[in-house]
Amino acid sequence: MTTAPATTHPGLATTTRARHPFGPLLSSEWTKIRSVRSTVWALVLLVVLTLGFTVLINGLTVAQWNKTDASQRADIQADPVWQILGAGFQLSQLTICVLGVMVITSEYSTGMIRASLLAVPTRIPMLAAKSVVFALLVFIVGEIAAFPSFFIGASILHKHAPVALSDPGVLRAVIGAGLYLAVLGLFALAIGALVRHTAGGITGVIGFVLVLAPLAQLLPGSLGRHVHAYLPSEAGHLIARAHRGPDDLLSPWQGFGVFCLWTALLLAAAMYLLVRRDA
Amino acid sequence: MIEARDLSKHYGDKLAVDHLSFTVEPGQVTGFLGPNGAGKSTTMRLILGLDRPDTGSATIAGKPYRELSEPLRTVGALLEAKAVHTGRTAYNHLLVLAQTQQLPRRRVDEVIDLVGLHSVARKRAGGFSLGMGQRLGIAAAMLGDPEVLVLDEPVNGLDPEGILWIRNLMKQLAAEGRTVFVSSHLMNEMAVTAEHLVVIGRGKVIADCTTKEFIERSSERSVLVKSPDAGRLAEVLVAEGAAVTAADGGPLTVRHLEAPRIGELAAREGLILHELAPQRASLEAAFMELTRESLEYGEHGPVHGSTAPTGRRHGGGQP
Repeated sequence: MTTAPATTHPGLATTTRARHPFGPLLSSEWTKIRSVRSTVWALVLLVVLTLGFTVLINGLTVAQWNKTDASQRADIQADPVWQILGAGFQLSQLTICVLGVMVITSEYSTGMIRASLLAVPTRIPMLAAKSVVFALLVFIVGEIAAFPSFFIGASILHKHAPVALSDPGVLRAVIGAGLYLAVLGLFALAIGALVRHTAGGITGVIGFVLVLAPLAQLLPGSLGRHVHAYLPSEAGHLIARAHRGPDDLLSPWQGFGVFCLWTALLLAAAMYLLVRRDA
Repeated sequence: MIEARDLSKHYGDKLAVDHLSFTVEPGQVTGFLGPNGAGKSTTMRLILGLDRPDTGSATIAGKPYRELSEPLRTVGALLEAKAVHTGRTAYNHLLVLAQTQQLPRRRVDEVIDLVGLHSVARKRAGGFSLGMGQRLGIAAAMLGDPEVLVLDEPVNGLDPEGILWIRNLMKQLAAEGRTVFVSSHLMNEMAVTAEHLVVIGRGKVIADCTTKEFIERSSERSVLVKSPDAGRLAEVLVAEGAAVTAADGGPLTVRHLEAPRIGELAAREGLILHELAPQRASLEAAFMELTRESLEYGEHGPVHGSTAPTGRRHGGGQP
């Protein structure tokens, strides 16, 4: 132990600098994410489980092919990419929901948020940097899961529903799977930032993603169809389909746009409240 | 330099800070003293821009905290509540903060050595003891080599060696010309550390003076008097300018009068004395006396102002 401060020039460091350059905040947020072991493990697990489920579900589909009824076979043959990717991503999207919420709520539960806001008192740049870093990370991890999933799934389904990356819309759909997860991550992060509470945040996001969709389908007639189509996750995952289905109200990009809009609104609300609320 | 002007803050309908104004000068340790719940932490949070004041403003080095660019280079803060992600190592915690201020990694190693956490720097902060957590907090505060330090109860959880260390560190930082603003609810701790005191109770400034003045003012002599005629005696003493504190049916505590004079007065009036004992209140007791009226919680007997003598006695509670 020593009692000597490492430097002894008070005030030396207060030379004026550019206000809140964004690059350093990105490095800091990246350090935050990579230095918490549970986050790293969750992302590794996400890739492994996505691949595992792709093999499992598509393997089962092929094994059951002769017992599957004709309309379902036709659905799969019409959009094999969705069949391939959907299997793994139904699962991995839950991981992203939880991670997205916790990336911000863990700061509140541990008190880290106070240190973060002391370092960046204008606050919004901190949340913006966190969003950028997390979305990029999820996108990259999402693609690391999506491309192998596609190739593995395509080879499993090959005999019954052949599909190639060069088929129309397929490359966009595979990249879209990662895009969907990235925006879903931001969506969850925004809700976490609004709720500031891990359990509440996760409940909120899962409610949006898993509960609201089936509920909306219960609404009568075209109202139900419209509400359902414009729900964030329902609209969002259209981007992972090769082409617009006959019953879809939105095209893949329109759906993704709707999802981005939801997310942007929530993030804006989160930033507004972050500045207004006491930390 | 820290300047607080007319700071107020309420949470719900509870007023935590009530129109506080004070200035913290560089080059000395300024103690921020008050009982638990007096509003010390809230005031510090307002100064640091974590909470928004209802009225007033605070500036550090002439600017509101939120307007400081790379604020950790100007202000180092240790908050009472932990501000560390439990899943992150001490090193990474400091690195996260250093990166936001464009400080080199070398600086992280320097502050880790400064607070003596070298052996646990690669361990997760969640497993740290209270004392290690405080040291990590000090390391974070020192990261940007700031000219202003705001430390909320820094000795909490430290062992005697640690307390001595932080005391010397604060004195040294002040001697280097920095502004050191440190809160505590322990008068004795502040008496040996701080040169200047800002004392608050119930969100209001009670005293803003040098520690020397405060001690002289607070630890004045008092005399314990027991008499079967306590009521009469008290009236006589008050008439002579004494301040009298009386516990129900118990002894009187008399200030502003020396024991011989009390004895003479009692003799003049023909009052019986059972006991006449000069006392010197401890610093801690003096502080409690001063802040008692502003105490948020706790049971109190009747108190007659030690600064403004009154004729009240045998009172039954707070005014």
